[in-house]
Amino acid sequence: MKTREQRDLFPGALEMMILRTLKRQPLHGYALAQHIKRTSNDLLQIEEGSLYPALQRLLKEELVKAEWGISSTNRRVRIYKLTATGAKHLEHEVSRFEKMLEGITRVLAPGES
Amino acid sequence: MSWLKQLFSRKQLYEDLAEEIREHIEEKVEELVAGGMSRKEAEAAARRAFGNVMLTEEDSRNMWGWRSVEDLLADVRYGLRALRHNPMFTAVALLTIAIGIGANAAVFSVVNSVLLKPLNYPNAEELVSLHQIAPGAPGLADFESGLHLSPSMYFTYAEHNRTFQSLGVWDAGTLSVTGLAEPEQVRTVEVSDGVLQALEVPPAVGRWLSEAEQVPRGPQRVMLSYGYWQRRFGGDRSIVGRNIKVDGRPREIVGVMPKGFRLVDTDFDVMVPLAFERRNLILAGFGYEGLARLKPGVSIAEANADLTRMLPVWMDSWTNGPGTNPHFYETWKITPMIRPLKREIVGNVSEVLWVVMGTIGLVMLVACANVTNLFLVRIESRQQELAVRAALGAGWGRMVRGLLVESVMLGLMGGVVGAAFAYSGVRLLLAIGPANLPRLSEISLDARTLGFTVVLAVFSGLLLGLIPALKYAGPRASLALRSGGRAASASRERHRARNVLVVGQVAMALVLLVSAGLMIRTFEALRTVSPGFTDARHLQLTRISIPEVMVAEPERVLRIQEEILKKLAAIPGVKSAGLGSEMPMEGFDSAWDCIFAQDKIYPDNVMAPLRLYKNISPGFLDTAGTRLIAGREFTWGEVYGLRPVVMISENLAREIWGTPSEALGKQLREFSSMPWHEVIGVIQDVRERGVQDPAPEIVYWPPMMEYLFGEKTAQTLRTETFVIRSERAGTETFLNEVRQAVWSVNSNLPLASVRTMQGVYDKSVARTSFTLVMLGIAGVMALLLGMIGIYGVISYTVSQRKREIGIRLALGAQGGDVVKMVLSQGTKMTLAGVAIGIGAALGLTPLMRSLLFGVTAQDPRTFAAVAVLLILVALLACYIPARRATRVDPLVALRYE
Repeated sequence: MKTREQRDLFPGALEMMILRTLKRQPLHGYALAQHIKRTSNDLLQIEEGSLYPALQRLLKEELVKAEWGISSTNRRVRIYKLTATGAKHLEHEVSRFEKMLEGITRVLAPGES
Repeated sequence: MSWLKQLFSRKQLYEDLAEEIREHIEEKVEELVAGGMSRKEAEAAARRAFGNVMLTEEDSRNMWGWRSVEDLLADVRYGLRALRHNPMFTAVALLTIAIGIGANAAVFSVVNSVLLKPLNYPNAEELVSLHQIAPGAPGLADFESGLHLSPSMYFTYAEHNRTFQSLGVWDAGTLSVTGLAEPEQVRTVEVSDGVLQALEVPPAVGRWLSEAEQVPRGPQRVMLSYGYWQRRFGGDRSIVGRNIKVDGRPREIVGVMPKGFRLVDTDFDVMVPLAFERRNLILAGFGYEGLARLKPGVSIAEANADLTRMLPVWMDSWTNGPGTNPHFYETWKITPMIRPLKREIVGNVSEVLWVVMGTIGLVMLVACANVTNLFLVRIESRQQELAVRAALGAGWGRMVRGLLVESVMLGLMGGVVGAAFAYSGVRLLLAIGPANLPRLSEISLDARTLGFTVVLAVFSGLLLGLIPALKYAGPRASLALRSGGRAASASRERHRARNVLVVGQVAMALVLLVSAGLMIRTFEALRTVSPGFTDARHLQLTRISIPEVMVAEPERVLRIQEEILKKLAAIPGVKSAGLGSEMPMEGFDSAWDCIFAQDKIYPDNVMAPLRLYKNISPGFLDTAGTRLIAGREFTWGEVYGLRPVVMISENLAREIWGTPSEALGKQLREFSSMPWHEVIGVIQDVRERGVQDPAPEIVYWPPMMEYLFGEKTAQTLRTETFVIRSERAGTETFLNEVRQAVWSVNSNLPLASVRTMQGVYDKSVARTSFTLVMLGIAGVMALLLGMIGIYGVISYTVSQRKREIGIRLALGAQGGDVVKMVLSQGTKMTLAGVAIGIGAALGLTPLMRSLLFGVTAQDPRTFAAVAVLLILVALLACYIPARRATRVDPLVALRYE
């Protein structure tokens, strides 16, 4: 099943970013979307909605957990928190990503002849 | 959270998700509005930034991976709705399937309990019956039961074997128990040491019979069965240590076997030790069943080899008396053929049960074909709906699944109702089942039967739905939309599936009816056989035993027996009375031995063919209705005078002397020290072992004679079957008068095995009549279902061709032409079915050959009769819709054009 957040990103990228963001602090969906947008300097063209399938998947895998609460702007929001498994998973994914990135960078590096 | 828990809480999860998304957009809108945008613009912008809300929600939900479950539930709901909307169809289909499943589950429960389940003993797979054959022993070779063990054989096997954990011999019989209430003849088993040890079933109360009781003249002890214990002693546990009088001797009760315990398949009241007198034993006396438990890991072949090894040891260790050659038995070619105990118990019933299972399975297929046909017709009318669904984007896989879900639900519901039917079906089956069906008491609906029912329900559900699903939910489903309902023509292609089903039904019905027909012919053939007695309903039988402790002198026993006969004959309505060692088919252990004719030469004068021995009193033949072919019968004077006279059966007379009259006046004897006996009469052949078995050669001795048990002193048989001919046989008042007559001679004599000869006869043909009834039921069910199938298809076709028939009638066709046209369609299908069915039946009926008697498996008369019957029934089923077709009003039919 093709999910649309994969259109512009490689598989798992969005999940990784969500986990990384949640590692700093628990956030609700909207805040999470804004944070990712802001920190990526709007370089990543993500539909805000595409966050939700990813969040559901993380919930199912029990990498994050969610609780209804009240936000700083006094609205009823569902706040996501990283679980211990989630933290471990993030670590693993990040190191895998870095290796992959290194590989890609080397291949793409100019000046090799 | 477990998967299942998530599944059930998913509604909450979905609501959370929807709310969350709503809140998200709301927050964005507020932020944008706060940033100065108008509310309307803000909402549009927020939605743009978010993307498609519907799709996002769907994608998010799909993340949980429940989609297939949810679709299935939707299909189930849809299917249930479809079934509810057609209550008539659902009811008919459900009932058909339920009856089919019920019948199958009932028969399966019997097959399972009798054939599949292990026996009711610990580690029953190690238990074997010590069956052996003796192809070299004339007269014995054609016995199904083979050569039983002699006591000396038992001692040799028990002491020298290397392959058995324990081994013993046993025998069933009857003994009288006195001193309780009325004198009573009870069913007994006599066991040697090793039998209980092999079966390993612990006693319910007290202890087993032990080796100490196997010593002759040692302590006299006895065990009781659970049933007898309950019946006679009310389950009193303090019974152990008390005495009962068995055959006039007091015996101490040492224990009670548990409920349901049977020795092999013999139900008994009292178990007594055999206690062989070891130093008197000779080689002969092959009268006991052998039973053993193999050592773990020992195969039947190894055990057979072990027994074969011990046969020479047996012949070296024992003798038949001075001057005899113990190795004479080598000519008998005794061959051990050990059988698993289960096979011994189940015997030839397994063929019957598998045949019945097969036929009931066929009925199930016919039933499924019928319901499939109904399904096809109904789905035809739903084609528009299916086409619309296809047009709206339902994949054809999804639609196939929808239809299959619907049919499987039908199957499962049928299974539930069918399980209820099966419950009553089993009781019915037990009521009509062969009285001697082995392991009868073990039959029940267990987990395996329920599992079978579920599998059958799902399987039949899939079978039902498969053809309609593939046919109508296929890739071309959308075509129906284009052609539209009204003008849809009855193309040949659309009817093919239904026609094929009907042809198949006719073919299967033919197979079942032919099998039932063959059983009817078998039954007829059995009835025409003269069994050696007449008018069995008017023959009253009872066994009376006079133990030695009661009357010692043999002649006195005979006087009492004759006195009883006189009293019996004096009862009003009694024509005559006689006694004999047994009536045909009674199934008591018969005596067999060699017989020598004076004017014939026998090899080394020890070997002659074995013959069945019977003892009969004067008047026996006349009472039983057994014809005297030549000569005359014994007189009481000859019997009391110990005259050396004998009678023989017609086939024996023909074998030795050519004709019955030639045999008269010739001399016979059993062994060399016995005086020659003169043949004074030749008796018609008697079907001793059942109507289906050939009549054995029989020697009839007087009821009292010298050398009866090998010694010169005159002896009588103490247990005899009394035969009374009376129109009143079997009635309660008559039986009371019989009892009073016997007790007027001696009030201590119990009457055992009180029954009419008809009862004995019915029991001996029970296997055949059971098969007949079952195949008859299956055949009639198939015939009815087939008839409904043909009727359904023809009337549907007629309704589809209404317009065409209208045109024909308008153009001048006569009613008769229309009838002919419709009938010819039905006839074609029927003929095709009959042809295929005959082919299939020719292939299948040989499987039931062992159940047939006096008719071949390919009996042309049966085949022809069944084919004609089926064609007539099919024509009848076609005629009704054909008549209706002629009443089509052309104006009405054509109005729509």
